[in-house]
Parts: sequence; structure tokens; C-alpha cells
Amino acid sequence: MITAGCDVGSLTSKAVIIRDGRIIGSAILRSSSRPEASAQTVMGQALEQAKISQDAIEYCVGTGYGRDKIAFVNESRSEIACHARGAVWLAPATKTIIDIGGQDCKAIRLDKDGRVEKFLTNDKCAAGTGRFLEVMAKLLGVTVDDLGKMSKKSREPVTLASTCTVWAQADVIQYVNSGIPLEDVGAGVNNAMAGRVATLANAVHAQREVAMTGGVAKNPGVVKALEKLIGHKVTIIRKADPQLAGAIGAAVLASDTMAGRA
Amino acid sequence: MIVAGVDVGSLTAKAVILQNDKILASAVLRATPSPSQSAQAVMDMALAQAGLSQDDVAFTVGTGYGRKQIDFVNHVESEISCHARGAVWNLPSVRSIIDIGGQDAKAARIDENGNVERYGYNDKCASGTGRFLEVMAEALEVPLEDMGDLDLKATRDVSISNQCVVFAETEVISLVNKAYEVPDIVKGLHKAMAGRVAALAKSIGMESDVAFTGGVAKNKGLARALEKALGIELKFLETDPQTNGALGAALMAAQMVAEKKSA
Repeated sequence: MITAGCDVGSLTSKAVIIRDGRIIGSAILRSSSRPEASAQTVMGQALEQAKISQDAIEYCVGTGYGRDKIAFVNESRSEIACHARGAVWLAPATKTIIDIGGQDCKAIRLDKDGRVEKFLTNDKCAAGTGRFLEVMAKLLGVTVDDLGKMSKKSREPVTLASTCTVWAQADVIQYVNSGIPLEDVGAGVNNAMAGRVATLANAVHAQREVAMTGGVAKNPGVVKALEKLIGHKVTIIRKADPQLAGAIGAAVLASDTMAGRA
Repeated sequence: MIVAGVDVGSLTAKAVILQNDKILASAVLRATPSPSQSAQAVMDMALAQAGLSQDDVAFTVGTGYGRKQIDFVNHVESEISCHARGAVWNLPSVRSIIDIGGQDAKAARIDENGNVERYGYNDKCASGTGRFLEVMAEALEVPLEDMGDLDLKATRDVSISNQCVVFAETEVISLVNKAYEVPDIVKGLHKAMAGRVAALAKSIGMESDVAFTGGVAKNKGLARALEKALGIELKFLETDPQTNGALGAALMAAQMVAEKKSA
């Protein structure tokens, strides 16, 4: 059985193709201004990798903010449902999911059967989303990846006084100008990011196991700080790119649907 | 009797010199990173304008976020109290003020003497502050002071869905790329910002008359959007809304001198 999931986000589009419980093709690309075009392109890339044609896909689930504009899906599902399903498929013991995307952050708590019990999202404020880190990395003149590694090298992380991304930029500039080592400022940025995410995670009463998905899961500085703040170890998804979790969930939900019909 | 008020804000420093309830001079200057330097520079400007020296000034009140770092003031007061005092001096019927500065927004209800009864402010989030407009003007590549006039040239409604400055900036750039007209985008931005400020004002409860003070009050487009969002008519000061805080500080200085004399 071959199914697919397509997650069209505001920043990136993702596609995953699953055959009998294994990922055989996946792709991530920057979203264009037209969701339908982004979906088509990213799915095309995943199909190419899987070496199959669109016709081979028996069922496809779409998700993400552009989900209602994808021409080729059989069904669209909420991002929360897909992320929850994707995380459990990737790490079965998961009870809490923290997903940090480029422009949003979600905290989802599951019941013992893996059903969504409570969730919160922030997509109103850039603080606590991937964008915060992007802005700060640019300001520090480093890549987002390098920013993630700064916490380990830092001895005395700074404290950012402001939550707001705009005001925090002024804090960062002030620290840099006063000659504080870049890694201490970078570590402060990662801590501030973690603090914001922890507020969301604590509000859904995060419980073990906590899995983190989304691009920011690749930032060890944020992950370590977050673990301290929520008092739980965070499982980093290694079975697949954590950025794909939503699309994986969509593909798995597609498989679930097919299995239910059989 | 000559008194002065100095308001050192995050973006600009303002000074007003008063003689017997009449404005002798007022000055506005872009603030430098050092509040004490900004204060001295803007005060010197106002003094030069009035043809006075520092010694001629009997009493000076400082206000604004940098108020505690001004060397030459005799007393400091909160910004909201100063804005309230300045507004009531301008328009005695004012019972509420909305003040938007470079880095914050405030709303207050005041009594007939200009004393603050209730107030709220936002300085945590850049949305709904002057910075929102600054960032957007830069993204649109138009001078900040042209935003108000651009708004009045809008011909169709554009809705800005984001309130966050960071997200709204991206939205604006994508609207520009989609060839939306700049005046239409500006009007949409003003509407979005007005919504944010109106929420703050409503949480305090505005009582008529409502005065709009602070540098952003010069933006007629935003003022109109704010009137719509609040469903009330705003009153504008006869004196420069940007120097209203400094004016209020000077009025307080005058009162303090008068009280000392009668004591």
C-alpha cells in the first residue's frame, strides 16, 4: 500500500510517501506564494525520489495552512491531527508534542490512546517561533545552525529583557556592542526562545514522553534549555527529519484510512 | 516665571519652555543612545530659540523613559501624568488620552484637573507602537512622515492579517510583490495598528473627550482608523502632540514653583 502526505506551510512545503510503513520518498522546499504550485512541486520531488508516478499513490492527505488548495489530495486534515499522528508514528511513547515551525509553535498533549487531549498554538507573535531564531541569527551574523551550537560554548548566557522579537533585537545589539562574547548572546537568544516555548508547553501540562518536531528541534541550545524549563527530557526524532513530522502524520493518516477500508 | 519640561523618549527628546503659562519655545530632537546628552542637546535648542540661558529657568521637570538620567532637572514625573496635564491644558474638556510613542502606547482616564485616574500601557510588544509604523515605512520605502498622507490616497481596502511587527513586515513585502498599491497597504496597516491600540483603550474605558497625543498623533490616517476602531471622535491638541509630554512636564514645573511660593 502506498500513501502520501503533503504539508503546505507558510514557509516550507513538505511531502512524504509511505509504502507499507516505510518512507520511500520525501521532499522539503520553500513555499511559493501559490500553495497549489508548492504542493505540486514538492510532491513531484518526493515521487521522483520514490521512483513512482502520482497514479501509484492510493490515498493522499493534505495539511498545513494551504491544505484546502492542494488539487491532488483525497482529504485534508488539521495540522494538529497530523503532527500528533506523525509524532506517535516516529516515537510511539510520545504523550506531548512540541512542534516549532518557521512561523508558529504548537504544544499538543495526547491521552493514553494517542488521541489529542489538549493543544495550544501561537501563530500571532514571532517570539517563540522559528522566525525569532532566524532574525537573531541574521543579527549575529551566523547561520541558524551555528546559533544552535552557541549554547554549548557559552559560559555566561545573557538574559534578554524583552520577549517581543523587535525589542529583543535592541537587547541583542546592545549586548554585542558592549563587547559580550557572541556565544553568550547566542545562548541568551536560545534561552529566550526556550522560555517562550516552555510557557506554551507548560500550559498544556507537558507529560513524558515529550517529542519535539519541526525545524527548531535541530537546535540543541533551545532543546537543552527547554528540557530544564519543562522538567522533562525531550526526545529528538531521529527516524526522519523532524521538519517532516506533519507530512509524515498526513501520510500515516492516509494509511490508517486505507487500512480501515480494507 | 520661566519653567521647563524635558521629555526624553526612546526615539526623540523634547523640551518646552514656559513663561507664565505661555509657550516660549519647544524643540524636538532625535534621541542619541545617551539620554543625558539628548536631554541637554534638546534643552539647549529650546533655550536658544527662546533667547535664554539655563540660569533663567527657575524649575525643570523631566519625563520620558530616560528621565532618571537627566542631570539638570529638579524633579521627575511619569510620562502619563505629563501627557494628561498637557492635554487638559490644551483642551479642558479632555477626560481620556491615548498616547502613542516610539516604543509604547498608553491609554488613560483623567479627571478635570488632569490627574490620572486609570491607565494601561503596552511596552511589551512592538505592535501598536510607533515602531510598527517605522518598520512598515522602511519596508515600503516611504518616509515615516508621509504615511498619514498616503493613507488618504487609498482607493481600496487591503486587510493585513498579522499584528506582530515581524509577521506583518513579511506580509507587506509580499503585498508589494503582488503589486498592491502602497497607499492601500498603508491604510491597511493603519487599520491593523488602530485595532491594537483600540483594544488597549477599550480595556481602560474611554470617556469623552478623548485626546490623541504623542508623535504618532500627527498621522491623520492612523487617527482616522483609530476613530473608526473606537467609534468615537478624537480631539487633537492645538500644540504639537509630540511635545505634549514635555509641555505637561513644564506645566507641572510651574505648579511646583507656585506651590513653593504659597507655602
